[in-house]
Amino acid sequence: MRAPISWIREFVDLPAGLSGRELSAALIALGLEVETVDVVADVTGPVVIGRIESIEELTEFKKPIRFCHVSVGESNGGVRGIVCGARNFAEGDLVVVALPGAVLPGGFAIAARETYGRVSDGMICSSRELDLGDDHDGIMVLEAGSAEVGTAAGELLGFGEEVLDIAVTPDRGYALSIRGVAREAAIAFGLPFSDSATELAPLSAPVPDSQPRSCALIDSSACDVFTLRTLLDVDATRQSPLWLRQRLIAAGMRPVSLIVDVTNYVMLETGQPLHAFDADRVAGGLVARRATNGESLETLDHVSRDLDPEDLVIADDNGPLALAGTMGGTSSEIDLGSRNILLEAAHFDAVVVARMSRRHRLSSEASRRFERGVDRAIAPYASERAASLILELAGGRSAGMTAEEAPHEEVTITIDADLPERVAGMAIGPERVIENLTQVGCAVTAAESRLDVSPPSWRPDLTDPADLVEEVIRLIGYDQITPTLPAAPPGRGLTEAQQLRRRASRGAVAFGLIEVLSYPFIGEHDLDLCQIPTDDARRTFVRLANPLSEEQPGIRTTLLPGLLNAARRNVSRGADDVAIFEVGSVAFGVVGDSVTPPRLTASRPPSADELDALAAAIPSQRRHLAGLALGSVERPGWWGAGRDFVWSDALRIATGIVEDLGVAVSVDAAAYLPFHPGRCAVLSIVDPESNDDAMIIGYAGELHPKVCVSWDLPPRTCAFEFDLDAVIAIASDEVRRGPRFHSMPVAKEDIALVVPVDTAAADVAAALANGAGSLLESVRLFDVYQGPQVAEGSKSLAFSLRFRAADRTLGVDELSQSREAAIAAAETACGATLRT
Amino acid sequence: MSAPNKEYDPVEVSALDPAAIDAALSAAVAAIAAASDLDELKAVRIAHAGDRSALALANREIGALPPAAKAEAGQRVGKARGLLKKALEERQVQLEEDRDVRVLVAEAVDVTLPVDRAQVGARHPLSTISERLADVFVAMGYEVAEGPEIEAEWFNFDALNIAPDHPARTMQDTFFVESPDSGVVLRTHTSPVQIRALLERDLPVYVVCPGRVFRTDELDATHTPVFHQIEALVVDEGITMADLKGTLDHLAASVFGEGLVTRLRPSYFPFTEPSAELDLQCFACRGASVNNPDAPCRTCSSEGWIEWGGCGMVNPRVLEACGVDSERYSGFAFGMGLERTLMFRHDITDMRDMVEGDIRFSAAFGMEG
Repeated sequence: MRAPISWIREFVDLPAGLSGRELSAALIALGLEVETVDVVADVTGPVVIGRIESIEELTEFKKPIRFCHVSVGESNGGVRGIVCGARNFAEGDLVVVALPGAVLPGGFAIAARETYGRVSDGMICSSRELDLGDDHDGIMVLEAGSAEVGTAAGELLGFGEEVLDIAVTPDRGYALSIRGVAREAAIAFGLPFSDSATELAPLSAPVPDSQPRSCALIDSSACDVFTLRTLLDVDATRQSPLWLRQRLIAAGMRPVSLIVDVTNYVMLETGQPLHAFDADRVAGGLVARRATNGESLETLDHVSRDLDPEDLVIADDNGPLALAGTMGGTSSEIDLGSRNILLEAAHFDAVVVARMSRRHRLSSEASRRFERGVDRAIAPYASERAASLILELAGGRSAGMTAEEAPHEEVTITIDADLPERVAGMAIGPERVIENLTQVGCAVTAAESRLDVSPPSWRPDLTDPADLVEEVIRLIGYDQITPTLPAAPPGRGLTEAQQLRRRASRGAVAFGLIEVLSYPFIGEHDLDLCQIPTDDARRTFVRLANPLSEEQPGIRTTLLPGLLNAARRNVSRGADDVAIFEVGSVAFGVVGDSVTPPRLTASRPPSADELDALAAAIPSQRRHLAGLALGSVERPGWWGAGRDFVWSDALRIATGIVEDLGVAVSVDAAAYLPFHPGRCAVLSIVDPESNDDAMIIGYAGELHPKVCVSWDLPPRTCAFEFDLDAVIAIASDEVRRGPRFHSMPVAKEDIALVVPVDTAAADVAAALANGAGSLLESVRLFDVYQGPQVAEGSKSLAFSLRFRAADRTLGVDELSQSREAAIAAAETACGATLRT
Repeated sequence: MSAPNKEYDPVEVSALDPAAIDAALSAAVAAIAAASDLDELKAVRIAHAGDRSALALANREIGALPPAAKAEAGQRVGKARGLLKKALEERQVQLEEDRDVRVLVAEAVDVTLPVDRAQVGARHPLSTISERLADVFVAMGYEVAEGPEIEAEWFNFDALNIAPDHPARTMQDTFFVESPDSGVVLRTHTSPVQIRALLERDLPVYVVCPGRVFRTDELDATHTPVFHQIEALVVDEGITMADLKGTLDHLAASVFGEGLVTRLRPSYFPFTEPSAELDLQCFACRGASVNNPDAPCRTCSSEGWIEWGGCGMVNPRVLEACGVDSERYSGFAFGMGLERTLMFRHDITDMRDMVEGDIRFSAAFGMEG
């Protein structure tokens, strides 16, 4: 809502000299969000009224140019020569002249200058140059006799008018009117407010020889007040006066034609949207009714719309003419030839208009007001105000008004008089409560400690005691409340799972990874680039009805595309080493196919069954942790050649993070895209509390070469991803026990075994451990050899075994027995032979 | 070796001559002192304390002396050998120390060489500031509540008193999960967690809910369709707006510095009544730029305040939707955007830096948030 301050002053006698900024601050404190204070036509210096004395046509240029002699008054230099490119004026016309020294909006300084071979001693202004509209037709030509030559144009044209631009919250529909803003201004400065919109001088009596057209409301739940005024013999060709056009422009509306401008003006002033029909294009009376199937309507924006049975229309005997409270139709549109006019002012239901506006994707000044609630009582007053303006400006006669009103039940809200002070946490007192509620227009009756409050017709938002509490406290001022701190009961801090989640991120950082946060959107193309098979579960993602991009219509099932995208961006920006990670949600499943959530009321808490049904309708969401690394794990430098990230680093980091959470992870070979089929490990964990089998939590390794190419990443880029929630579910139950270890001497044995080349090292290590018996403390592989020293198709694995007993130094014999047993077990399990 | 003397041997053994012993000792001590490294000292040891050294020979001659002379000669030679041994040991220690010092000097390195062998990890500052804010509340006894990002409309809208026809429920703001009437959305705020907390927890409830939320905005310098909020909810007996203000002031001081206060402006949210916009005193100028053209403030545009979030007293309708007796209990709730908070606190000018994943952005913060 754009509210020119001069217009507000017509309703409330604000202090002289009050600046827009001061008024703005006072209104903000009351809860009107004044976003800016704009200055309309910010003009300085001499801009005066001039008269065209003579016009000399210059024809030697590409376009016709006029050199005009313009009288601007003796004190401004008498007659000046001014070059002008517009052609919409004639000798004798009154125009607006910016003289040298003037500065027009946008900092455009006027000076005498030579152009088209003449000295132009000023400029004849268009309304656009003065910030008074976006008229493209040429310069501003004022009505003859409307101003005196040589006088300053500022007052006439409203230069420097301050306009408040207010973002009106959905509960304050009344503030979408000058009247409503002025009421708040009166409260802010403690000034009397007389609602002039409801104190109009009655129109002259209707002409006796004609009857007003009838109106009717069919569905009183959708339209409960309908007034229709008939005006005859109006001259619609007349132009709107300058003051009217200026007001509309300052308020952000475009002048159209006199009749439409008046209806808009009255809407801005009173908050009541009005619509004018050409009575000669309307058959019979008007009715507000629901549309029927198959009806259609071409609205004023020249869109033909099929109507929905829920739409509310204004119709005549032949069919729909307008979408009620939203937009008129072309078939009954006012034009310059219109003589007789039907002026509709009605009260439509907020939800009906909101749905209609949304259904037709059609938002208008009228629908915005009805959606937020229009004053139910103002329609006849607004109609009368508009009619009197039309009769004054366009002539004609009134044939009277018909009105229909559905019975209306007044709302009374009963509150404890001390409720506002209990909510605010400060002493207020019942007198102040009553005073404030009265100021906003409520009728208040005190009955002992309770108040019966009837909100005014323009405040349909006041329905609950809490609404009244807000009115009282906002008028007192939120700044008057003294802060206190509530004492919370002792809390238990972060849950184990929350702590572990933080620890997982810190673990990733400890491995040198940098956290990124990607968007969770994904599309088929991302998965194609990852070589994900068509039947893979990761292709079944939750789809959005209105994605930002058709390329990414879904919610991710894997974090890797986001990391690949981030890595590509870093590489394209010149990064050589990129090691990143992300913790984020993925979702699986499709919504709506099997389960849709029940439509529940919010007027009571849901039952346990209803909550279960809601939970069942939401797709499964898991928190994953994923990482990606390329380039150096250790950079080359004075210390040596450095080392690049390889598959085992991804595995080291992934297992390291999981193990740091206290969960043992096992590793097996896997072929799983987007990973390299021969360099991918599947990670599994076991819940020690349950008898379940090992659960797969994720994968780590080198990315498939094609994936690296597709994402413009260097070869050998490696990555990992695992289900962090699954790890935490196990880890959070675990309390780590203190270790038991012994101080007797350790005995070390190194063993080199030759095995077939495709044998998994972990299997050999496991066999050694299994065979070595209880004296074995640890087994660690320290070398892998493949080459001429061993048989073709074989490899040598070198292990270091450590033995220790709890109570003695190990003897040579028992050590030797353990060693032999370990080797024997490896031989049995893996066909290993001792390398000689 | 001479055979032991049984009787007095009138032949003086020259090696046991006191003068000769003194001379041998003096020569040895001089040689020890002259030894400049451990190798030289080793040679000195062999020459003056070895088997063929003068004192060793003298020692051997003692046995040839008549018994009467043995004691005196033994004492004399023993003393000399003792002094020699001590001199050698002292010199050994001294020279070892000298050697160690020389080695350490030789092993000195240039400690200004770069040691940046590996990339240093870092958290994203949105993650760390989220934890920092949550910790302020945890320190006050609040618990951290959570909920899903893909959420039922009932939690995201209906239970928060956002009626089915509320403008917020249009496609312009909300990502709907296919189809549009599926009843499932990407949560548009962290407020559905309030509902979950009230349904799941026993009263009183003191919770803070950080999380990721979604609106259908295009990405630009000040908007992103995926962003983060943190929200607090308190429902207890006798909770007032004064409690709300005090809690906000405490948070502001904890995050931005002592003495910074907040301001409430009346506003509208369906789930709170009364509702307010939350402004933070400009931490850059602390209001000093207001009406002071000589010292304009870029952070607050010389307004003295910056918009931080929204807040209010929990609408009794929300309490009733969660089965809370609104006659007995009251509460407050507030929430703010973490991106905006981060921009204020760390002078970040472009929100795109937070979402693009450029490692230079997170790396600049390390573990700070």
